[in-house]
Amino acid sequence: MPPIVEINALRKAYASGFEALKGVDLSIEEGEILALLGPNGAGKTTLISTVCGITTATSGAVSVGGHDTVRDFRAARSMIGLVPQEINLEPFEKVQNTVKFSRGLFGQTPDPALIEKILRQLSLWDKRDAQIRELSGGMKRRVLIAKALSHEPRVLFLDEPTAGVDVELRRDMWEIVAELKRDGVTIILTTHYIEEAEAIADRIGVIASGEILLVEDKDKLMARMGKKELEVQLSAPITAIPDSLASDALRLNEDGTALIYTYDTRSERTGITKLLAEVAAAGLTLRDVVTRQSSLEDIFVGLVHEGDAP
Amino acid sequence: MNWTAVKSIYLFEMTRFFRTITQSFISPVLSTSLYFVVFGAAIGSRIQEVEGVSYAAFIVPGLIMLSVITQSISNASFGIYFPKFIGTIFELLSAPVNFLEIVMGYVGAAATKALFIGVIILLTAFLFVDFEIQHPIAMVGFLVLTCISFALMGFIIGIWAGNFEQLQLVPLLIITPLVFLGGSFYSISMLPPVWQVISHFNPVVYLISGFRWSFFGTADVPIGLSLFAITGFTTLCLGVIWWIFKTGWRIRQ
Repeated sequence: MPPIVEINALRKAYASGFEALKGVDLSIEEGEILALLGPNGAGKTTLISTVCGITTATSGAVSVGGHDTVRDFRAARSMIGLVPQEINLEPFEKVQNTVKFSRGLFGQTPDPALIEKILRQLSLWDKRDAQIRELSGGMKRRVLIAKALSHEPRVLFLDEPTAGVDVELRRDMWEIVAELKRDGVTIILTTHYIEEAEAIADRIGVIASGEILLVEDKDKLMARMGKKELEVQLSAPITAIPDSLASDALRLNEDGTALIYTYDTRSERTGITKLLAEVAAAGLTLRDVVTRQSSLEDIFVGLVHEGDAP
Repeated sequence: MNWTAVKSIYLFEMTRFFRTITQSFISPVLSTSLYFVVFGAAIGSRIQEVEGVSYAAFIVPGLIMLSVITQSISNASFGIYFPKFIGTIFELLSAPVNFLEIVMGYVGAAATKALFIGVIILLTAFLFVDFEIQHPIAMVGFLVLTCISFALMGFIIGIWAGNFEQLQLVPLLIITPLVFLGGSFYSISMLPPVWQVISHFNPVVYLISGFRWSFFGTADVPIGLSLFAITGFTTLCLGVIWWIFKTGWRIRQ
């Protein structure tokens, strides 16, 4: 199946000369949740704005569902829902009116049953006749999501949906995203919370300084990052690992003072007990034991720093 | 054409109008009544007939034009400036609509509101003055065209404006003088010859003249020229808006 969103060599230079996107290539598969991680100013919002038609690209092309977003903008945009980062809402409008308006703006005929379903799903039904200015920040964000969903998009862009949102609401938001995925909606969300990407994404993309540094399956990425190192420091240095201990997961450090064991924290048996027993059986005396974990954060920071280098 | 979108924008804008319906109506009705009391009854009684029409009746078309032009501009400029100001314009830019549909929705609503007010003023005028409309169809035609063309101009001002001050500035500094000096309260023929010539560079003269012709059958400039002027003005505004959306000037980075 061809990707539902295809971004090719997308560049965006603002009038000031600032290059927000430096040739981004990205394919997004139908039905997946892609989290775009990146620091502030990385180009996340510019990327989304360009796909959605709010910003015009300097060069490059984007297609959504096979429709070019410039030449065939009607077909492309009809498929897209956008939840912006800023809470941009008409303060005096009633909740359900603004949601109905969005549906109409996207050329869809009124469907009160659907609007009710969306408002209920987002716990907004009781507030349907409230003016938007009366709502809390979290509720306003839900209204933005309701608006974006009102025309039944196949692709949903969530630009930092949980920025400045409390923990409870963040969990609710993840719940909503999971539900949308079950309905078959493709979701692209930007975030700078690694925890968030871990919790809900299928794939994770890292963007910095207008470039995509990495796009990888979350599980693979997590496997890489779920690795933990156990350093067994020895009282007396050795020259080689005793045969009884030999394994792929075990190596000796440079000066022979420590054994370094790599294991997966998420597997059922880490093999630590066995290792320590064998170390004792081999007659080695332990001085200390240290564990280290490489986190998504480490990899992320590493990548972003590489990106910073000239 | 995405007619559903046009309808949605139009109705959404009209809702805003109906939410503030009292102030939308009271203010023009009140100010028009004051004009009639001052110019029609108090001063008008001392002014002789203008081109065979009593002065109070003579100013009716001018007064309607004055309100309709001001209202068209302020409705349309605010209508598009507000989404820009509060940020909801993102939705418009990301929707499957082209510039014509956006314009039809916003300008259509702004023109409708101005038309409502124009009609209200006309009805108010009947309470104060006795007059007949000789060419009712032409009158409606001129009124509608004026509403549309100045709403288009207001739309351009709304997109251009970077703050509320600028939003008020153009109507205040340019439109109000043009309308006042465009013959709302006098016939161009009453001016000294030099000013008559200068007045012909004021586009509003053609509108008011044409509109007055539809009431009383007399005009400062030929009716054909009036029609040509307003059509030309509408086309110019449409052209500018087309260019704005093509280049994204002030709306799309």
